[in-house]
Amino acid sequence: MDAPTLTFLALATLLVVSSLLVVLLPNVVHGAMALVTALLIISVFFVMLQAPMVGVLQVLVYAGAIMVLFLFVIMFLNPAAPERSHRVWLGFAGLLAVLLGALLTAMLIKTETAADPIASTDLFGSPEMLAKSLFGDFVLPFEIASILLLVAIVGAVVLALRERRL
Amino acid sequence: MVPLNYYLILSAIVFAIGVIGVLTRRNLIVVLMSIELMLNAVNLTFIAFSRFLGSMEGQVAVFFVMAVAAAEAVIGLAIIISVYRHRQSLDPQEMQLLKW
Repeated sequence: MDAPTLTFLALATLLVVSSLLVVLLPNVVHGAMALVTALLIISVFFVMLQAPMVGVLQVLVYAGAIMVLFLFVIMFLNPAAPERSHRVWLGFAGLLAVLLGALLTAMLIKTETAADPIASTDLFGSPEMLAKSLFGDFVLPFEIASILLLVAIVGAVVLALRERRL
Repeated sequence: MVPLNYYLILSAIVFAIGVIGVLTRRNLIVVLMSIELMLNAVNLTFIAFSRFLGSMEGQVAVFFVMAVAAAEAVIGLAIIISVYRHRQSLDPQEMQLLKW
């Protein structure tokens, strides 16, 4: 096996372990830390797949902004009550998830592609290429996404504000 | 170079793990974090296909998924905060006002 494959396997093991920790750890803060690990490993995969710009965005937006928001809410609520046990459902859900994973794998690996279609044009995945797609073909979805974010900001403020008698 | 199938199998596994979290956990915050995990597994599939088909559309799709995920996390956490204010609990089992 060559070096990239070995790197992939090591990182993939880490990713699976940290995802399992997110799901199984009883302490929410520990789970959030495991999720940060998983997101960072996924951003490494993005860089390996020649998507450096998206990898940087992953670190900034996910591992940075979204996870800080999660931790902030965890600290804010400080949920002390322990979860009730869920052994039975864990078995069912495990079975279901194994079936789902097998199904997804069977469906996904049917796809066939050329061995290396882009032949390493250096620009692929660069901010320039991303921006050309984003502001060329996808400019309307981009504007809609900005409106969505605006709605989310207003909605979050309305939901999280303490109710006041007007 | 690492074959495409490796990435696809990995993201299928991570997605299934996220499903376990959504189905079994009794804490709304952990459920939301599992959903983020599932979204990231899908993002990995997008990027892998984008790389192996040589087209930028996958990366643009990931960009939009990130924007929607940010909105979803913000609204979800705001809803969790207001649920916690009303019930002093994060257990989704207790939210059954609409249950017949």
